[in-house]
Amino acid sequence: MLLALLALACPLTLNASTEGYPMQDAGTDVSNLASLQRGARNFVNYCLGCHSAKYMRYSQVADDLALTEDELRDNLMFTGTRIYDAMLTSMPAEKAREWFGNAPPDLSLIARSRGVDYVYTFLKSFYGDPSQPTGANNALLANTVMPHVLAGLQGPQKPLYETRTSEDGKSEQVLVAVESTGPGELSAEEFDGFVRDTVTFLEYVAEPAKSQRRSLGVWVILYLLMFLAFTYFLKKEYWKDVK
Amino acid sequence: MAGKEDAPARPGKLAALGAWIDERFPMTKLWKEHVSEYYAPKNFNFWYYFGSIALFVLALQIVTGIFLTMSYKPSEAEAFSSVEYIMRDVEWGWLIRYLHSTGASAFFLVVYLHMFRALLYGSHRKPRELLWIFGVLIYLALMAEAFFGYLLPWGNMSYWGAQVIVSLFGTFPWIGDALVHWIRGDYFISDITLNRFFALHVIALPLVLIFLVVAHILALHEVGSNNPDGIEIKKAKGKDGHPLDGIPFHPYYTVKDLFGLGVFLVLFAAVVFFAPEMGGLFLEAPNFEPANRLVTPEHIAPVWYFTPYYAMLRAVPAFAGTQVWGVLVIFAAVFLLFVVPWLDRAPVKSIRYRGPIYKTALMLFAAAFIMLGYCGLKPAEQPFTTMSVIGTVYYFAFFLLMPWYTRIDSHKPEPSRVTS
Repeated sequence: MLLALLALACPLTLNASTEGYPMQDAGTDVSNLASLQRGARNFVNYCLGCHSAKYMRYSQVADDLALTEDELRDNLMFTGTRIYDAMLTSMPAEKAREWFGNAPPDLSLIARSRGVDYVYTFLKSFYGDPSQPTGANNALLANTVMPHVLAGLQGPQKPLYETRTSEDGKSEQVLVAVESTGPGELSAEEFDGFVRDTVTFLEYVAEPAKSQRRSLGVWVILYLLMFLAFTYFLKKEYWKDVK
Repeated sequence: MAGKEDAPARPGKLAALGAWIDERFPMTKLWKEHVSEYYAPKNFNFWYYFGSIALFVLALQIVTGIFLTMSYKPSEAEAFSSVEYIMRDVEWGWLIRYLHSTGASAFFLVVYLHMFRALLYGSHRKPRELLWIFGVLIYLALMAEAFFGYLLPWGNMSYWGAQVIVSLFGTFPWIGDALVHWIRGDYFISDITLNRFFALHVIALPLVLIFLVVAHILALHEVGSNNPDGIEIKKAKGKDGHPLDGIPFHPYYTVKDLFGLGVFLVLFAAVVFFAPEMGGLFLEAPNFEPANRLVTPEHIAPVWYFTPYYAMLRAVPAFAGTQVWGVLVIFAAVFLLFVVPWLDRAPVKSIRYRGPIYKTALMLFAAAFIMLGYCGLKPAEQPFTTMSVIGTVYYFAFFLLMPWYTRIDSHKPEPSRVTS
């Protein structure tokens, strides 16, 4: 039994062929309000149709992103929910399973469980693949059932293979990158910015207190350093008479 | 600062209250015995901060734990989301939770340093054997406490980590399966397991810990503190009957420990506010996904403070058709700690007066323990497997050969009074 568990503890990935696909630096800044606001807009327009962020409340997004209630309603809330409700998708999970074979995962914590670089790279690595039911595949997560939602913005992409010789002498095709094959609505740079904003918002959603934590931390440490100086001199004063 | 000389001639109302209590409860007596007239050696160095810091962290864990318990739900259906509720909707919930999760790692770090201090200065040697044994029991209780607590967030690493550790007990011949069922209360780690781990984590083990800490401190105050010279300050007493090299714990060590606590708090706050995940060491990425019986995390590894033993477990091969040997090895590794006071045969206690053999052996031991911890975090592949084997062999050699090498080792004469 233990042996079986230890065997399970070894790498278990469903996408062995893309293991080692190079990750790109997301370059997010969760304290950048403008980026967060754009990311929130992208998220509700492009993700929330299928994915929920069930631990995130609209009202907290408004508070943290400096949006008024009207701005929130006009730009981010389309499903007729109340402002203190969680960001749930309107797609029924049952239907989702029927359509995709798998319910789209909740994205509340995706930036913490997989990391921002993973999400950033994933969103940029779709390519056309007629063998897939959605017509798209992903270089980072092979055989994903998620369609290329951002295809219109990014434009079509194709996979780039490299022939490598494996240890036992066989040559194999390794997917090393994806390459643009035509223009999308956004330029390559604009698209990177679009994905970066979206991932920044997901990073915020995964830990809404992150910015507050960091800015408060500076003050806490400054206070503790003052406390430390006080205790240092207090100790020195008392220990004068210890010989 | 009011000293004794400015004490009021006539007893005030507060002093009267104090006297009233003292007639009924030994308040002043306890204060004097354990604080203001507990004479500690005056030559404590850096290594002597960690006892008081460990006590502080215990208090921190209890206080933050109480507040977490107010919002946490120990059920399979709600545990994961109640932790997210704490992180998002509870006022300052994120701070309380990070203090608690960082506190767990800090507790182990501080306790490891505290234990290493004992090996450096021979603090486990006669007459402090029981003090040391209480300490090892605290360490054991702490390991159980941390293990039970780690299941509570009900993340996927919580789940599979508990699965692996519980199944260690399944390797025992004949009783293994029954034992595992008994621990889990079910055929797999389930709602029932979570609920009982919660009970053990929030009440049973904390009670045991507090009891052991009290016993540890009572034993310490009975025999008196050791010091970096490893000599007994009670041997040289002044006319007043107090050790010449001793100073009252209060105010001297209360203010000194306050400074030590200040340094600790700066470092602790740096982790809590800027790196609560500590790059996946304190909070692991797979634990941000709810427990899933069908999908294991890519690498199952326990939290860093258990990884030295995890590396030992994996270093021992299965033979005679059972994996029980690895489990026996880690149990033996912890059990050996209990008998260290009797394994060490050197005529001196402190590393300052010991010979080159013990000095080298101890430094290598620290290196081997850290190396084992590192290997335990890595997947079971080369070169980590070989490193784990070397580390395990060295860990046992350090203790089992101790009666021999501490006796043949050279040593310097101990001073009669403490040095600075």
